[in-house]
Amino acid sequence: MDFLNAIVALSNFVLIPAIAYGSQLALGALGVTLIYGILRFSNFAHGDTMAFGAMIAVGVTYLLQYWGVSFGPLPTALLALPFAILGTMALVLITDRVVYRFYRTQKAKPVILVIVSMGVMFIMNGLVRFIIGPNDRKFADGERFIISVREFKQMTGLREGLAIKTTQGITVVVAVIAVVLLFWFLNRTRTGKSMRAYSDNEDLALLSGINPERVVMYTWLIVAALATTAGVLYGLDKTFKPFVYFQLLLPIFASAIVGGLGSPIGAIAGGFVIAFSEVTITYAWKKVLKYMLPEQLEPSGLVQLLSTDYKFAVSFVILIVVLLFKPTGLFKGKSV
Amino acid sequence: MSETMRNTALFGIVFALIILTGFMQSWNVALLIINMGLISAIMALGVNLQWGFAGLFNVGVMGFVALGGLAVVLTSAAPVEGAWSAGGWRIMIALLAGAGTIVGTVMVRQRMSAGRTRNLVTFALLMGGFFLYRGIFDPGVAAVEAINPALQGNFGGLNLPVLLAWPMGGLLAAGVAWLIGKTALGLRSDYLAIATLGIAEIIIAVMKNEDWLARGVKNVVGLDRPVPYEIDLQNSSSFINHAEGLGIDVATASSLFVKLNYAILFTAVLLVIFVMAQMALNSPWGRMMRAIRDNEVAAEAMGKHVTNRHLQIFVLGSAICGIAGAMMTTLDGQLTPGTYQPLRYTFLIWVMVIVGGSGNNLGAVLGGFLIWFLWVQVEPFGLWLMEFITSGLSEDSWLRDHLIKSAAHMRLLTMGVVLLLVLRFSPRGLIPEK
Repeated sequence: MDFLNAIVALSNFVLIPAIAYGSQLALGALGVTLIYGILRFSNFAHGDTMAFGAMIAVGVTYLLQYWGVSFGPLPTALLALPFAILGTMALVLITDRVVYRFYRTQKAKPVILVIVSMGVMFIMNGLVRFIIGPNDRKFADGERFIISVREFKQMTGLREGLAIKTTQGITVVVAVIAVVLLFWFLNRTRTGKSMRAYSDNEDLALLSGINPERVVMYTWLIVAALATTAGVLYGLDKTFKPFVYFQLLLPIFASAIVGGLGSPIGAIAGGFVIAFSEVTITYAWKKVLKYMLPEQLEPSGLVQLLSTDYKFAVSFVILIVVLLFKPTGLFKGKSV
Repeated sequence: MSETMRNTALFGIVFALIILTGFMQSWNVALLIINMGLISAIMALGVNLQWGFAGLFNVGVMGFVALGGLAVVLTSAAPVEGAWSAGGWRIMIALLAGAGTIVGTVMVRQRMSAGRTRNLVTFALLMGGFFLYRGIFDPGVAAVEAINPALQGNFGGLNLPVLLAWPMGGLLAAGVAWLIGKTALGLRSDYLAIATLGIAEIIIAVMKNEDWLARGVKNVVGLDRPVPYEIDLQNSSSFINHAEGLGIDVATASSLFVKLNYAILFTAVLLVIFVMAQMALNSPWGRMMRAIRDNEVAAEAMGKHVTNRHLQIFVLGSAICGIAGAMMTTLDGQLTPGTYQPLRYTFLIWVMVIVGGSGNNLGAVLGGFLIWFLWVQVEPFGLWLMEFITSGLSEDSWLRDHLIKSAAHMRLLTMGVVLLLVLRFSPRGLIPEK
């Protein structure tokens, strides 16, 4: 029984939150990695692109709620998601046309593009704060839980409870759908194949008649969809706050780099590696150990390796370790 | 137009703008812009050293600026009674144990041949060392933080003159930069950027959470100043006479006098650093740095040790940011770790360097003043603009209300637009590299 309790406690506090967080990071990292693979620079504006998408979703959700539209037990934000994706697509396409394209035709060095993306980051950050303000916004509605602690305890009779929030469930389902669609697109469609070819070898791809502008446009469209989805899911699960998205940049980049920049599978793996490490290292293990260890050995402290405020340090240390020992990431990424 | 004339004109325009602020708003605001402009210019010089001279992409400026601020507390604050005996030594021993673990692990790894055993030993050593460190560390921290927690709960400082804190800030930043450079400088530019971004966040996290160090988010206020206090001036009869002689009321005069003193101190520091940076740029060392920046492979083939030179300039540039950070904390009179934000302390400095002209020290200084001026003035100007745009709307219109309330967020937008415009139409900045 104790063993079961330990497993339930572990799932409740570590596994489920880490899976949800990992899915969000993976979606974010996929966007970063695609940009890196096709456009060949690290996009510092990615966090703020996510914020922009989530902001539209928040706005549309409020509007739908005002009109009295709801999605039954599911959050209304899911209905708003397509609109948010369209809005973000428009934004990134405009940004590409007005800003990035100029440097692409000039064949500017990647580091110049990174600095340019810093400028875009300022503008997007400013836009989001200008439109919706810098404060917290909650926009999740519908059922709060798929399983609540009380129901679970009644069902199983265990001492430990297990709760799965609706938003966590939705995060995983939506992330799986997004990833399946993405891989289908990359591996099965003509455009997807040309994107991969372009990413592998630009000159060869150009020789074989692939239109680079088309490839770039599709990349931006996909990135916008991924970023918005990641942003909305993160906002639903936690809360929407523009500054938080900016801070997400670090774990997202860490995920993409740990997995191997330019490799979509790597981005997903990296997202989960980072999420699981962050959660396990900042979790207070006392509760789980209490069930697993004999009574004499029961820990007196919280058995928390690091306080939650150091979660950045975790992603950072993993990043450095991977870079030092496996510079191209877990899955062979590319280096420009 | 000759280059000197052009540069003089550019500086003239920026200072005319600041003087205009003095006439239009108040001289207090103008002097405040000058003071922070001086500090910004020093930060920009530091980043210019790294990026302009050597092409190092450091986006962890915020961390080094914050370390400078920390140095002010550690140097000039009064020591806390009994903190060292309560747990201070214990914390120091714990930190040494932690450092020893890492050094020991690295040494053991070098002795052993690669393989599973080595990985297991590394892991075991690190885990053991970590628990040992926490075992010694935690009680010490609890003891120190228990001392008068409402006002103290930290070590305090060494009670040295506050001016000494500025070079100390540089030293502290340099030390940390050396540690970081040793691990991260081998990385490619993009990776280095992400790594430094992370380090800055970690430094801020440490400063926010380690209350024993400098009280964390409880802030340290009332730090020493190198200049007189306004209230003392207002009570001094000679000062009152002078102020009345100039026809300014005493309160304003005292605040102007204090700011002017700071401005003189800061200008002195800026001049020293500027002259040194200028000499470095024109020396054989500076030429070598630019050679490395322009073609690492060629420089390496000529026998230059690229990584060591990068480490050197990374440490130097970070030290300058540390000095500027210490000066800023002295100007504020308080250390508030919660207020350090990457957009303001890292990316804004980058905008200054790029707009001013990377690779040119004069450009960095110009960028520092110009961008700081914009950063401060965009807010009132944005408000005015919004009021003008919405003047056609009725008083209670929600759009008007929203636009006016949001005017404060115009500054980020403006900075982005300025950066992109300069990158597009004058990619080498206002005062380009020679």
